[in-house]
Amino acid sequence: MLRLDKVNKYYRVGTHSLHVLRDVDFEVADGEFVAIMGASGSGKSTLLNILGILDDYDSGEYWLGDTLIRSLSEKKAANYRNRFIGFVFQSFNLLPFKTALENVALPLYYQGISRRKRNQIAEQYLERVGLRDWADHTPSEMSGGQKQRVAIARALIGKPRLILADEPTGALDSETSRQIMDLMAEINKTGITVLVVTHDPEVAARTSRIIRLKDGKVVDAEHARDSFPQMQAQP
Amino acid sequence: MIFFGLAALLIAIALIVGVTYTVGSLAWVTLLQWKDLVSFDRWTEVLITIKSNKLRTALTTISVAWGIFVLVFLLGLGRGLNQGARKQFAREATNGVWMIARKTSVPYGGYDIGRHITFDNRDYDRAVAVKGIDHISGQFYMTGGAFEGTGMMTKRGGKANAFQINAVHADAFYLTNHEIVEGRFLSKGDVADKRKSIVVGRPVVEFFFKKGEDPVGQWLEVAGVPFQIVGVFRDEGGAEQERQIYMPVSTAQLAYSGNDRLGMIEFTAGNAGPDEVKAIVDTLKGQLSERHGFSPDDAQAVHVHNNVEQFQRFSMMFMMISVFVVVIGLGTLAAGVVGVSNIMMIAVKERTKEIGVRKALGATPSSIVFMVIQEAVFLTGIAGLLGLSGGVAMCALIGKAHVSDFILDPGIDLSTGIAATAFLVFAGALAGFFPARAAARVNPIHALRDQ
Ligand SMILES: Nc1ncnc2c1ncn2[C@@H]1O[C@H](COP(=O)(O)OP(=O)(O)OP(=O)(O)O)[C@@H](O)[C@H]1O
Ligand SMILES: [Mg+2]
Repeated sequence: MLRLDKVNKYYRVGTHSLHVLRDVDFEVADGEFVAIMGASGSGKSTLLNILGILDDYDSGEYWLGDTLIRSLSEKKAANYRNRFIGFVFQSFNLLPFKTALENVALPLYYQGISRRKRNQIAEQYLERVGLRDWADHTPSEMSGGQKQRVAIARALIGKPRLILADEPTGALDSETSRQIMDLMAEINKTGITVLVVTHDPEVAARTSRIIRLKDGKVVDAEHARDSFPQMQAQP
Repeated sequence: MIFFGLAALLIAIALIVGVTYTVGSLAWVTLLQWKDLVSFDRWTEVLITIKSNKLRTALTTISVAWGIFVLVFLLGLGRGLNQGARKQFAREATNGVWMIARKTSVPYGGYDIGRHITFDNRDYDRAVAVKGIDHISGQFYMTGGAFEGTGMMTKRGGKANAFQINAVHADAFYLTNHEIVEGRFLSKGDVADKRKSIVVGRPVVEFFFKKGEDPVGQWLEVAGVPFQIVGVFRDEGGAEQERQIYMPVSTAQLAYSGNDRLGMIEFTAGNAGPDEVKAIVDTLKGQLSERHGFSPDDAQAVHVHNNVEQFQRFSMMFMMISVFVVVIGLGTLAAGVVGVSNIMMIAVKERTKEIGVRKALGATPSSIVFMVIQEAVFLTGIAGLLGLSGGVAMCALIGKAHVSDFILDPGIDLSTGIAATAFLVFAGALAGFFPARAAARVNPIHALRDQ
């Protein structure tokens, strides 16, 4: 599915250079369900942005499928994001003046699909996240969990092969978090690769593998995880 | 003159630069997505963003609408004024000069003031020789040289009516705006041979002849003398201009015991400017004062009615008004466009997060640029059309109300309207360009960073 090969990333702040990702090396196979963990500032979001082709890296190689992702034009990057990748954010990032249905349908707008067709498809995806009756509501009328479901439906509508979620449960209570992770697991079962950045061990426990970052380095990229206790040992 | 030329040039350059810039940026943005312009979908996407900013949209709309309203209204009013004033000129040639014999107002050569001056045929002959004159005619006043009261009883077959008689040379035609509809005007031969030829206006024909009857070749009795009609004319200037009869000055002098007297000398000087015409007038005045013994500085002995100068002044005034109107209108419009640009810039800043989300979901930079520019064009377009129709309606209202004789049919013509609309679209695109570029440069990582 994707492979990182000695990827380095620097942030330049004035004359200062911050080495955020150091020789990051790992591979994720098709259909995996992976958690990325690490302390605050360890570079998780930076990593996810690179994986999502929202950001560029300074050295190394990032392969998405058979494609080397490096210095793509904005247009190309936009098309990859639109067709291959679905994003889920901590703060949902729904457009406030659009209804749930319109929010879900938005990625298809950038595929040039007609409004009627878009809305039809969006309705199916809303149904899938259990929010069919909320199609005409705006985000301000919804709970956090509902908003995240809408966001997940939006991430799925473009039929992506990869879902990238940056702390998708960070703004939710534990019960709602559990439901969202149920949904994520369900999505993963359909064959979509899912990467979740999280601080929450309970969330990580739902995945099949954890990649740990420390100061921009991968300290653990265990493959098939079977030792649950090791997980919980991590604060 | 030079100033206006420069101003016009500057405006033209500014327009060309603006339009080129806009077309260039538009082409850059839209070549790939031209089909989207007609896509209903894209328009609804635009409407949604406007819907989310109602008050601001309304305020922007008003500022642009006001600019266009002012521009259209002033242009329309200017045109009305121009047409109204031109109508005042329409009665006579705009390049004509009339020199009329009056009374002296300055003592000269032993004579007291108040002496009546009369021109004669030799004055005319000498005037003909003056360089720069294009067409020239003398005029004999049958009532003794007075400017008014030249109406003469004209009869035919028991019918009689008073029409104004003009006893002139053949070139007098060029000092009018008459148009011959039948036959011809007086010829040099008519004057040289003192023929009893007359040219009459349409009302004269209508009065004396039945419908369908051919007046050319027929005879009319003018103040007791029979004349043969050689031509009929019409005049756009109105009925008063047509209720006239022209006859050879020589015939009139003979028939009405005018000897060789002339009351007026009139001429045109081609395309000569006011200075050249003034020189000709001075030469003629010098000749006349020499022969008739009045001071060359006497402003009243010869009354000069100089259309060249007046028309020049008039044209100058309207040029000034037009430049003023265009400057004011474009200035107001520019302010509106800058307003739209500013407000959209703010909107883009406010919508940074939205733009970031759209980019993460697959919006290309050009689709973002196009979205913003289209919104700007849509805004200015709607606002402009509002202002345009307001301005046109206001002009129509003033035209109907008949505020003044000097304002005739105010309003803009279709081509100006179309040009204004096209200009609006360009202005909108120009207004949207910088906000659109700012939007396209939004970095989704920064925009999406939580909190
Ligand atoms: N645009 C930027 N410019 C400069 N430094 C940045 C930028 N973005 C992130 N950083 C820095 O890079 C490091 C990694 O940031 P990143 O957001 O990837 O961490 P994180 O693991 O996601 O942290 P958190 O758990 O708090 O979200 C941090 O030290 C951060 O301050
Ligand atoms: Mg983070």
